[in-house]
Amino acid sequence: MNYKMTGRFIAQLTAIEGVFMIPALLISLFSKENAAIQGFLYALVIILAFSGLLYLLCRKAKRRFGPRDGLVCVGVSWIMMSILGSLPFVFSGYIPRFVDALFETVSGFTTTGASILSDVEALPKGLLYWRSFTHWVGGMGVLVFLLAISTGGERGKGFTMHLMRAESPGPDVGKLVPKMKQTAIILYGIYMALTVLNFLFLLFGGMNLFDAVCTAFGTAGTGGFGIKNDSMGSYSSYIQWVTTVFMFLFGINFSCFYLLLLKQIRGVFRDEELRLYFGIAFVSVVLIAFNIYDLYGSVSETLKHSAFQVSSVMTTTGFSTTDFDQWPSFSKGILLMLMVVGACAGSTGGGIKVARVLLLFKSLRRNIRQILNPRKVMVVRNNGRPVEEKVLDNTNAYLSAYVIIIVLSFLILSLDNFSTGTNISAVLACFNNIGPGLEAVGPMANFGAYSVSSKLVLIVDMLAGRLEIFPILVLLSRNTWKGK
Amino acid sequence: MNIIIAGGGKVGQTLAHQLSAEGHNLTMIDSNNHVLEHSVEQYDAMAVSGNCASKEVLLNASVSEADLLIAVTAMDEVNLLCCMTAHGLNPNLHTIARIRTPEYADQIMTMREVFPLSMTVNPEKQAAKEIERLLKFPGFLRRESFAKGRAEIVELRIDASSKLCNLPLSEMGNVIKCRVLVCAVLRAGNAVAPSGNFVLQEGDRIFVTAPTSNLEVLLKNLGIVPKKAKKILICGGGRVSYYLTSLLADDNISVYLMEKDRQQCVRLAKELPNATIIYGDCSSHTLLEDQGIENMDSVITLTGTDETNMIISLYAGSRGVNQIITKLSRAENSALADSMALGSTVTPRELCCNNIVQYVRAMQNQTGAAISVHTIADGQVEAVEFLVDETTKHCSKPLKDIKLKPNVLIASITHGANTQVPNGLSEFMPGDTIVVVTSGRGVLHNVNDIFA
Repeated sequence: MNYKMTGRFIAQLTAIEGVFMIPALLISLFSKENAAIQGFLYALVIILAFSGLLYLLCRKAKRRFGPRDGLVCVGVSWIMMSILGSLPFVFSGYIPRFVDALFETVSGFTTTGASILSDVEALPKGLLYWRSFTHWVGGMGVLVFLLAISTGGERGKGFTMHLMRAESPGPDVGKLVPKMKQTAIILYGIYMALTVLNFLFLLFGGMNLFDAVCTAFGTAGTGGFGIKNDSMGSYSSYIQWVTTVFMFLFGINFSCFYLLLLKQIRGVFRDEELRLYFGIAFVSVVLIAFNIYDLYGSVSETLKHSAFQVSSVMTTTGFSTTDFDQWPSFSKGILLMLMVVGACAGSTGGGIKVARVLLLFKSLRRNIRQILNPRKVMVVRNNGRPVEEKVLDNTNAYLSAYVIIIVLSFLILSLDNFSTGTNISAVLACFNNIGPGLEAVGPMANFGAYSVSSKLVLIVDMLAGRLEIFPILVLLSRNTWKGK
Repeated sequence: MNIIIAGGGKVGQTLAHQLSAEGHNLTMIDSNNHVLEHSVEQYDAMAVSGNCASKEVLLNASVSEADLLIAVTAMDEVNLLCCMTAHGLNPNLHTIARIRTPEYADQIMTMREVFPLSMTVNPEKQAAKEIERLLKFPGFLRRESFAKGRAEIVELRIDASSKLCNLPLSEMGNVIKCRVLVCAVLRAGNAVAPSGNFVLQEGDRIFVTAPTSNLEVLLKNLGIVPKKAKKILICGGGRVSYYLTSLLADDNISVYLMEKDRQQCVRLAKELPNATIIYGDCSSHTLLEDQGIENMDSVITLTGTDETNMIISLYAGSRGVNQIITKLSRAENSALADSMALGSTVTPRELCCNNIVQYVRAMQNQTGAAISVHTIADGQVEAVEFLVDETTKHCSKPLKDIKLKPNVLIASITHGANTQVPNGLSEFMPGDTIVVVTSGRGVLHNVNDIFA
């Protein structure tokens, strides 16, 4: 383990986090929210002290940095960031319990959007902004941001690939251009451009400035923290449709946008993952629309709610325009399935990822064919190109880890004696970074009622889901901390 | 002509054999002294030992006086480098390189521009094309195309059940009801130029000339139903198999490819998405049974060893497979193959040598030179394609009035898009393409060589 290098990264990251907190502080100053100002000031002092001290300790770091260091670095820095990010909630007194504040912050950074607050509108604007901003920064990843702004000139920066791999979602993470810094800049560039576009569309629909910023952040990171108690329910149809479309866009692999910029349009539309993503979304919208038509009566209303909820759940955002917990079982079943599938790899969404589902089905098909004819040699292809066996192994391992963690979490949550549907959907909604589940954790309810132990389990689930399990799992392995 | 052959492998040896028989001055380059000694003993050639891509070795082989360099070493890259270096030393040199790596197949035209290459040959790809043509007409053992695919010489085997068995040639027209010409018969390993009262026997292999458009009628009237292969088993996953499978990819044919090397299987599976790749030793009968050999329309044996190919083909024949194609790398074996039911045989190196020999002949004599040369009947008979022009003698004269050399026969005349099998009244005129079949020893360089 290269502790010093990891320490240096964490010092830099937390410093960035401090910088990110300044706009929130300014908003609080502007709207004269004394409690929030106090919370942000205390938090900033602690972050500064922590970051400075850590940086001093880890000045002389060795250059060696392997895949293990990358995983550990990502895991630890996310945990540290969440702990420090929760401080304003605690110090301002709005969420006095540390576990609740941590849950809220982790839920923000991991773009989950699950809340323990029953009355969101009571929060001061500074804290609301900070909550939504954690979505935006967590969506693309803080380390990727660090890579984008870090000054170059260092030799052997190839190790940054390990960081990118550990933080970016998807079975096979690659660079867009030869330089990691350039790749990170392109990703963040696309991300910012789309966010601004979304923001302008919302402003155009008559949303006020503050709401538009927070909603755009929540949409871009596929997070889902609402600033209203009824999430997106009270906004106009226009705004709901804009949000539907943008949630869907942010669930698309960002390299597709890059290819579009390069005018390789054919390549994008032939992408199997993208096609499947569109296909699943379309079929789900239609099926749900048929199923819930009786509840709403008009075609446009039915389609709007169906499309919004499908887009929200599939991209793992978690906004809602209506209480889908009241929907018929079949529709809820589809939504649960979409929670598990999730968005495209390389997007800001969570879940297993459409790309992995595709690979899993293809490798399953191959296994079945090979059972019928064991002599057959087959290669799994994606977009016509052969997929490496290693990628398939990792995908299968991912699925096993996914199932095991979900089952264990469900078991621990069951201690709190809520209904089975509540527990299952709570675990799925947290692990896949959606936010609202069903029944007692449905879109109009919150996670506040769970016990401390359950909340801790859900915090780990959210982190594991966002970082695709392994950066969190390796932290628990003895081998990680052993030896050099 | 002064010809340098770089590389003394199978193709190099065959070329040396052919070209020295035609009276060219040969220099052979190889890094293996043993191979060179053998060549010098066998053929009347000079030998230079060393790396054929090095300037010094090429100068030793007197590249500055050479007219043609043929690079046929095992490595494509060495062949290219050899041609490039040699061309730098002698800008008037014609160069032929063997390029057979599948990855380079799409860039041959670019390479011919960038490297000073007069011609490239790819024996494996040619063999694959040949096999593909055979698959389209399963009744024939071999097909040779002339006049841009308008005329053909096809090889048929006379079985005991055939309508042609024990039939004199003069009555053949009544049976098959279309005009064809039997230009050669191979009986017990010897090529015969048949006359009208020649009686066909079981086991004969006949070489029939016909316009391409008549082939289907021919097969139908012979009682051979041309059932196009839908399920094909290819044994061995080498270069020929790769090219063949890619060629068949668009034809809606299920290809089963069997290969005994696991790594190679995976490579093939990656490159050939449409084929079913099976891992296993194709000489194992149980494996062949498991893969349902008796349900295959065609079995093509393309492993690296002739013996394995022959044994698998025999086994496939015993399981009642309709069409069998066997690759033989040694032409000597094909005489032996005739006595067994091996179906069609394909020899990649012969196909490639034919091409090169044809190029050499064209170089030697620009007007009236052979457009293409095909050896048939185990190399005992040559079919040569000529373009008739103003310098050609006896234009517009009935064939019965023209005296040809002994053992020479005009097998087809293509006028425009129309190919006909000639009779005594037929005539050729400038612009026509004629196919001449000869079993004589003399070489036909020019169309006028056929006249007595």
